[in-house]
Amino acid sequence: MPFRDIPTPRIRAWLLAVLVTAGSRADAIELRQVAEGIYVHQGMHELPDARNHGDIANIGFIVGSRCVAVVDSGGSPAQGRELKAALRRQTPLPVCYVINTHVHPDHLCGNRAFREPGVVFVGHHKLAQAMALRAPFYLERAQRELDNGLTREDFIPPDQAVSEKLELDLGNRRLILTAHGPAHTDSDLSIFDDRTQTLWLGDLLFEWHVPVIDGSLSGWLRELEQLRLVKAKRAIPGHGPVTGAWPAAAEAEIRYLSRLRQDVRELIQAGKTLEQALAVAGVAARDDWRLFDEFHRRNVSKSFAELEWEEP
Amino acid sequence: MRYRFALFRTSLLWAMILACGVALASGEEESAWNGGLKQKYFGDKAIEESNAVIELTAPYRAEDPALVPVSVTAKIPQTADRYIKTITLVIDNNPTPFAAAFHFTADSGKADVAMRLRVNSYTHLRAIAETSDGKLTMSKAFVKASGGCSAPIGADIEAAMARLGKMKFKLDGDKLALQQPNLTQLLISHPNITGMQMDQISRLIKPAHFVQEVKVSFNGKPVLTAQTDIAVSADPNFRFYFIPQQPGELKAEIKDNTGLAFAYAQAVTP
Repeated sequence: MPFRDIPTPRIRAWLLAVLVTAGSRADAIELRQVAEGIYVHQGMHELPDARNHGDIANIGFIVGSRCVAVVDSGGSPAQGRELKAALRRQTPLPVCYVINTHVHPDHLCGNRAFREPGVVFVGHHKLAQAMALRAPFYLERAQRELDNGLTREDFIPPDQAVSEKLELDLGNRRLILTAHGPAHTDSDLSIFDDRTQTLWLGDLLFEWHVPVIDGSLSGWLRELEQLRLVKAKRAIPGHGPVTGAWPAAAEAEIRYLSRLRQDVRELIQAGKTLEQALAVAGVAARDDWRLFDEFHRRNVSKSFAELEWEEP
Repeated sequence: MRYRFALFRTSLLWAMILACGVALASGEEESAWNGGLKQKYFGDKAIEESNAVIELTAPYRAEDPALVPVSVTAKIPQTADRYIKTITLVIDNNPTPFAAAFHFTADSGKADVAMRLRVNSYTHLRAIAETSDGKLTMSKAFVKASGGCSAPIGADIEAAMARLGKMKFKLDGDKLALQQPNLTQLLISHPNITGMQMDQISRLIKPAHFVQEVKVSFNGKPVLTAQTDIAVSADPNFRFYFIPQQPGELKAEIKDNTGLAFAYAQAVTP
């Protein structure tokens, strides 16, 4: 959404603060406590590059009375270390879990900073395969474009896989993890914090940053229909600010995905080609999102291939 | 243990990608082509570089490397005197550079062809036309992409396998125009597995499984035939022209590298 549409002065002020700190990138990463014991670092709305060190996704941690669960570890090994240092400034409690919300490298390349005895890595039951499958591809890209020192050892597959639901206890704090069907990717995991009724969605939810389809457009809309029913006080997106209430926070994304699906379906029915669809489908939403030019056409491409074989 | 095994497999993949990375360093140069590919596919025959016979169109930056829309437009009409017989597509830095060869006749109307390809790294993409006089003409484009061949198999491979071999034709405007070139789409449901993708269940690299031969005919008369390879994207999609003299039946026959054959016919009317 455009800046002028940001609802309250408080959020506007906070946003400005974020923009200012992002501009003067400090050594330590900025954290914000969005609910009691839940700390989030908001990434920049950029493509990963050598300058921003992959600091483009929302990452953070949840503190219980016994231990801490890290939720996504960052876009580079360095950011994983920065997150660990920031965590240490907030709590002396040990890290017991590292939860990876999905396979994308802007969320899990900091994993290795947290690997030590007693730390359990948790992910979707398809995450290990997805990681094994994509790591070579991500490494090659990191070497070519990012120069962030990423190695194969930074891809740490889950010790504990979630096939449907899993509960984790951090001490007086219960996290309920849900493994989703193909949506943003085929390894999406969401986390519900019972204590503060917070829904940490990873990249199942994009705010501002245009949603990126790397799983299934129709699958994603199906998962969002289910997630909308969750009674949560707030949701944490994988990209963009933690803003309004749930499920209101999902409206823009649902609108984008629905419109894209409608446009692509109509183009396919009218016998149009992929090239024609790339030029027109969903472009009306261009002013509503950041990084639209970087990702939208790929979304059209994925959607076209998916919907072309959709049963009527 | 299972993961360790997967890692071993991954290291193979990794080696392949690294090999691509080396090719990539050559940038926009012609080393792969002049260093062997030209010789391998065309021997010592002279190839003129020009857009006078065909023109290749491909996006400079591929949004999705596993689904790069590529089209070849004919610049000369198909006449009995001189026509385009074959268009061969080569992707220099792909693990298998040969992507496809399409064969036309003097009756094809217009030797245009469009498809979606996998592009594995920054590379030249070439379309080489052989005209009926035996001459070769090449149109080329540079594409920036990476990982198209090792890109994950679709999120729902079970659904894809369930509709394996299913086909459909789509005519421009949904009806036939007699005595003139008709733009036609052939959609084939086939995962076209490259052999560089890993099976999500067994974590083994799935053996290559792809469409190798495509024959399209109208009322029994050949319209387009093609040899295709792993560079053709999953669910192959081809666009081409044909000239019908009367209503009739479009038929597609395909074979894949495992010996499976599929056929499909569709009646088309004005």
